Amino acid sequence: MSNSEARRFSPSEIELDRRAFRLARKRKSTLVAFISTLAFAVFAWFALVSSPGWPRVEQSFFNWETAVEAFPAVIDGLLLNLRVLFFSAIGVLVFGLTLALLRTLRSPIFTPIRLLARGYVDLFRGLPLIIVLYLVGFGIPGLRLEFLGRIPVEVLGTVALTLTYSAYVAEVFRAGIEAVHPSQRLAARSLGLTYGQTMKLVVLPQAFRKVAPPLMNDFVSLQKDVGLISVLGAVDAVRAAQIEVAQFANFTPYVVAGLLFVLLAIPTVRAADYVTNRLAKREQAGGVL
Amino acid sequence: MSKSVNELGPMILNVKGVWKSFEDKDVLKGIDLEVYRGQIVALIGSSGSGKSTLLRSVNLLEEISDGQILLNDVDIADPRINQDEVRRQIGLVFQAYNLFAHLSILENITLALRHVQGLEAEEAKTKALALLDRIGLLEKANEYPDKLSGGQQQRTAIMRAVALNPTLLLLDEVTSALDPELVSEVLELIRDLKASGTSILMATHELSFARDVADWVVFLDGGVIIEEGPAKDFFENPKMPRTIEFLQRLRRRAGEQ
Repeated sequence: MSNSEARRFSPSEIELDRRAFRLARKRKSTLVAFISTLAFAVFAWFALVSSPGWPRVEQSFFNWETAVEAFPAVIDGLLLNLRVLFFSAIGVLVFGLTLALLRTLRSPIFTPIRLLARGYVDLFRGLPLIIVLYLVGFGIPGLRLEFLGRIPVEVLGTVALTLTYSAYVAEVFRAGIEAVHPSQRLAARSLGLTYGQTMKLVVLPQAFRKVAPPLMNDFVSLQKDVGLISVLGAVDAVRAAQIEVAQFANFTPYVVAGLLFVLLAIPTVRAADYVTNRLAKREQAGGVL
Repeated sequence: MSKSVNELGPMILNVKGVWKSFEDKDVLKGIDLEVYRGQIVALIGSSGSGKSTLLRSVNLLEEISDGQILLNDVDIADPRINQDEVRRQIGLVFQAYNLFAHLSILENITLALRHVQGLEAEEAKTKALALLDRIGLLEKANEYPDKLSGGQQQRTAIMRAVALNPTLLLLDEVTSALDPELVSEVLELIRDLKASGTSILMATHELSFARDVADWVVFLDGGVIIEEGPAKDFFENPKMPRTIEFLQRLRRRAGEQ
């Protein structure tokens, strides 16, 4: 059925009436949504402003001059966060996928590797990130491995983030691999493709599609957790804000850093929504509900 | 077999005393079967009779419990043999098509050509397009499987297997999941493959098709071969009571439709 075919008829009275009603209903919905949002915003604003401590909170958290003063240092710090994010995201993808693949190996010779991968995932999904940061950040330099030289704290932070997030992402990948219907594997093997080829050419491409939304979600989460490397002393956005806070005796730099992280997350969040919606549409084509 | 040997080509497949047990249930109980070059051998029997298990065993997707499966005189059930190598020589088409959902129709066919046979991308594409042309799906080459009808998907799946020039083609109830009006286009393709010399072992419920096109018909029931023979004899003059009952049952159902 092509569009030109569908357009060839002229709509009946009944259909025109239905269309008019639908249009009116849509306009009404938009209007209601607008008014209710506005009313809510006004109410929230007055509730905030009329609270007894508001003038002081405004002065110490939302001070424009302090924000402007602190901005360059915080932005500098954010660049460090972005670098850490870039390298740990790549590390997590590679290491997480490797862990997932190791867990799917079935040959008995790989039993110790499979068990190790499983133990790793259990351990790092359970360990709080901040503890991993401390262990890696202070433990590895404590080993005094001279040949490594003095490792910058941001590198140690990247390692800690990669270790923790790989465990989560490995589970996401494994779920994706298992969600590909076994008949796809059978079809691939019946064509003479080897186990490895079947994984690479048939299973993984389909698994990636299935896990794109949860993977994006983990990326959003990683995006803000890079701020935690400040506990190791790396001068990232959070740490820079902290320094500014101490200097001005005003909390506004934290708000600046927070807003910057939100701005950073918004494109990813939107992209994740888009990907999820598109997949949902593909998988349940048709139907109005 | 009653046919004289000199009118048959060389033996492609020789199944000798094959048993297959799952847990403590015997699904195949000593199957003997031969397929000669260029022949179509049809397996008939009700669901659960062991047809699919036999086909999957021949393609080494199931491990048999006893017996031998000789492909061109080599025992492929031997665990020392390279199974991927064997599967390259045997094509299998499934009831549910099993096209790769993330690949276009064209890519479904070129995948094994490139990665199993090692053809260059261009060469594989040329070959695949020729095959798609043969089944009239040239203009669908870049569509994804979910945009095609069941019959179109199944014909593509058959071509995906045929593309590798298999020594033997296994068809597992390839028309059972199709709407009645789509069955004939798939059967037409199988007829066409026979004409070009492909050796086929197929499980089917299409009795009239089996009578028209198969050289040899094998009736399986409860994991044993009850009766077999040249297609014409088999259908016109079945001897065993169970065969007669089975054929009557299927015909009655076909009559009702």
